[in-house]
Amino acid sequence: MKSFEYFEPTTLAEASRLFAEEHAQLLAGGTDLVIGMKAYTETPQSVISLQKIQGLDTITSDSDGSITIGAMTKVRDVELSDDVQKHHTALAEGASEIGSIQIRNLATIGGNIAHASPAADTVAGLLVADARVDIASADGGRSVPINELFTGPGQTVLKPGEIITQFRLPSPASGSHYIKHKIREVMDLAFIGVASAVNVDNGTITDARIGLAAVAPTPIRATEAEDLLKGKEITSELLEQAGEAAAAATSPISDLRCSAEHRKEMVNVFTRRTLQLAIDRA
Amino acid sequence: MSRSNTSFGLQTSPKHPVSLKVNGDEHDLLIEPRKTLLAVLRDTIGLTGTKEGCSTGDCGACTVIVDGKAVTSCMVLGVTASGKEITTIEGLASEGELHPIQQAFIDTGGYQCGFCTPGFIMASKALVDENPNRTEEEFRFALGGNICRCTGYTKILEAVLQAAEEIHTNS
Repeated sequence: MKSFEYFEPTTLAEASRLFAEEHAQLLAGGTDLVIGMKAYTETPQSVISLQKIQGLDTITSDSDGSITIGAMTKVRDVELSDDVQKHHTALAEGASEIGSIQIRNLATIGGNIAHASPAADTVAGLLVADARVDIASADGGRSVPINELFTGPGQTVLKPGEIITQFRLPSPASGSHYIKHKIREVMDLAFIGVASAVNVDNGTITDARIGLAAVAPTPIRATEAEDLLKGKEITSELLEQAGEAAAAATSPISDLRCSAEHRKEMVNVFTRRTLQLAIDRA
Repeated sequence: MSRSNTSFGLQTSPKHPVSLKVNGDEHDLLIEPRKTLLAVLRDTIGLTGTKEGCSTGDCGACTVIVDGKAVTSCMVLGVTASGKEITTIEGLASEGELHPIQQAFIDTGGYQCGFCTPGFIMASKALVDENPNRTEEEFRFALGGNICRCTGYTKILEAVLQAAEEIHTNS
């Protein structure tokens, strides 16, 4: 690993100022950054740890099920949170799919998102939760919807000095589910990840959200499939149509893990399955 | 801001004062920020029970317990562990008595070459401390971050279940 200067600011303003410098990198859980530095794919001149900034690692919830998750919250704490499990099941399921317990005890939800891997396991759950990403910077800050955060593999709209501070999840859908398509039970990357969230009223879908990971340059919402579901009575034909529409929204690549055709077909299958279980949970 | 020369990674950067409490002992150290917790434990403090396997967080051989949580110490910068309590394999036995998990690994033959054993034992200890009352399936899944290249998983799982039962019964 190349040498670097290490900083432990205690305020977001100080962290933002340091992070705005050239060749600076933020350190959250380190599970991506430290490995990248060892491989010399990351060679920052300064590393700014966020761990001494108070208040970034809590999960708070309101009575309506809306939840705020601090960016430095460990993925393991997201996975085990009663409120996340109950109201945003797909997100808890996604968190539980990352690495191993040892890694989830280190990795943070903010790091998982800021790293901007299209295959990140918490991203589909945040997409179907319609999460807003709160961002701090030296000149105040801003908030962006999670589906507008990503611009490409490893790329986000974040500017130098901007730091993700928390995720705000509004009043939840009544049922959600995430499936990670993978080979190993643990320590695997997703071939694809699919999350669905629905509201159901008397056999009719009143709202539907579908989040897809690892099937396009960025994580995406399958909005055409969502529109097709809204206001419709639940039938197996409807779910099949939604699966096909979701698959049509993807532009996957072929790589050593699997082919683009396989990814597309599995989006179809897992959209159907996640919708069905989300409906059962609603 | 002045920058240290980083060509080829040969130049060192300013060392940071770090206080680690390892197995109950305080260590006040000056360490380079790029040293992992694993390197600090092994090379600086001399506790070589914790092993370096893959060095990318995939194998679990370097598992130690930091503030009650099992973590892969190869992914942790030593400077970030300052002020935290760390338990390594060397910290389990007390007054000449092996920890029940260590004893169970011996009793069942839950090791072959032994390289993965410290990591397996530390990961198991964190799980058992959290909740010893888990099913075999749950332990199997929870230990998925530890790899045994001798493939001696059956005996390892037997050891963990035996120790968990003993600890659960005595708690």
